[in-house]
Amino acid sequence: MRTGRDAFSGMQRVLHWLMAIMVLAMLFIGVSMVSTLQPRFLTLISIHKPLGIAILALAMLRLGVRLRLGAPPLPDDLPWAQALAAKLSHFLLYALLIAMPLVGWGMLSAGGYPIVLYGSLHLPAILPHDDQLHAILRTTHTVLAYIFFATILLHVAAALFHALIRRDGVFRAMAVIGPPNR
Amino acid sequence: MSDEDLTRHPPLSPSAVARRLAVIAGVVFASALAFAYAGGWLTPDRLTPTRMVAALSDRGGNPLGHRRNHAKGICFTGVFQANGAASQYSVAPMLVTGTYPVIGRFAIAVGNPDASDMMGRVKSMAVRIISPDGQEWRSGMNNSPVFVVSNPRDFYELTLAQDINMASGKPDPAAMKRFSATHPDSAPFAEWSQAAPWTTSWADQAYNSLNAFRFIDAGGVSHLVRWSMEPTVSPTPVAQAALASMGPDFLEHDLVRRLSDSPLTWHLMVTLAEPGDPSNDAAKAWPSDRKRVDVGALSVQKAEVEADGPCRDFNYDPTILPTGIAVSDDPLLPARSAAYAESFDLRTAEVADYPYSPRPAGGRP
Repeated sequence: MRTGRDAFSGMQRVLHWLMAIMVLAMLFIGVSMVSTLQPRFLTLISIHKPLGIAILALAMLRLGVRLRLGAPPLPDDLPWAQALAAKLSHFLLYALLIAMPLVGWGMLSAGGYPIVLYGSLHLPAILPHDDQLHAILRTTHTVLAYIFFATILLHVAAALFHALIRRDGVFRAMAVIGPPNR
Repeated sequence: MSDEDLTRHPPLSPSAVARRLAVIAGVVFASALAFAYAGGWLTPDRLTPTRMVAALSDRGGNPLGHRRNHAKGICFTGVFQANGAASQYSVAPMLVTGTYPVIGRFAIAVGNPDASDMMGRVKSMAVRIISPDGQEWRSGMNNSPVFVVSNPRDFYELTLAQDINMASGKPDPAAMKRFSATHPDSAPFAEWSQAAPWTTSWADQAYNSLNAFRFIDAGGVSHLVRWSMEPTVSPTPVAQAALASMGPDFLEHDLVRRLSDSPLTWHLMVTLAEPGDPSNDAAKAWPSDRKRVDVGALSVQKAEVEADGPCRDFNYDPTILPTGIAVSDDPLLPARSAAYAESFDLRTAEVADYPYSPRPAGGRP
């Protein structure tokens, strides 16, 4: 991992904030659509599938960029428990970015559903048509979604803690616009 | 850089720290609240798929492992032979002249998978037609000419009226009367239900899409349609009272017997709406003089029991459509899609309650 930089690259920042919007939209769409019988159900699910695949593609790109460029070092005075929490939560976020779309894709495959992105643009099944597999993946998709949202809340709280309390440059390393530090 | 940064920031007073921590807590709390709202946890009156399917699951018998509506049925396989007549209205690949495989299901609209067939006032046919490019047209059709209600809320109330009373073990007869009295839109269905002859076969029934859909032609023009599978077997009416003596599974026996002689044929008739015909009210019939086009023939060739049949693990969600066919603004379609998914999610997790028949070797096909 490269060191000595004090901020993420422009590309990493763009990917981070773009995906932040996409993932939050995805989680809200997901939790809304499974709880409604209203016409928005069909609209939401038609966004959910292609957006999920777009997130998967960007997550792979982002993982490649991260492995290549690394991340700025955490402040030297950060307590070890916080540093460990930062590393573990970032690992978890990357894992979820990739796992969630794959579980969703696999769940539709196992459920015998066509995987429609748009119009006649279909993706192939990645798993055999099997109801027990479908049931496991369907539950997994829900559980991971809650874990994902909880991890994001923790991530936001930690970012704001760096920005507002510690004011140690960690938030600024990923900020798109000027740092809020005063 | 942290050292330089820290020199630039004078330490925060304890009250400033408290204020800023409160801001962070507020952001996290508001986000969690918004998420809970989106998920319906703050609005317990919301009619969710879970509530809808729970009501459907409470109509007698043990529905675990089964579809929560149209719970009793049988799988079939066959082909759809399109004659090309629909191609001027829709670019759907399975409406181009040709032969396409079909996996389907006949059922009766009950909540109890072990119900007697005499409970099947409403019979249904579901089809899944596959095009060579892998697109699918799934459709669930009933033998009533119109649906019983026009929106999901009314369907929920109807389902509650049919739920089994714990004390008596039967639905409350007054509940259905109350429903009919307060839902005049259901009158066309009720008239059909009173007047239509009973028969002892799935083969002699017409199956109707009920909901309106849109056919999209090569020019991108949208045509409002409904469709029906019209039988080639003429119905043989029987007195409703005679059904009780026929055993619980007379529909299955009839189907198997007929198919042992020859395949059964239906004609797929597409009805084109005129301006003003309702696109969003499946409880209302369209005038009978509307143009109808015969677009192909469904040949049902083989029946298989559901437990090991090819239809078992498919969700006949009527919004799974190929290019060239789209949903209308009928509010029942999204509700059907959401509720069918919930039912499918439940039953695929309940295989233990509805096992596959044991096979000597190699597992199920």
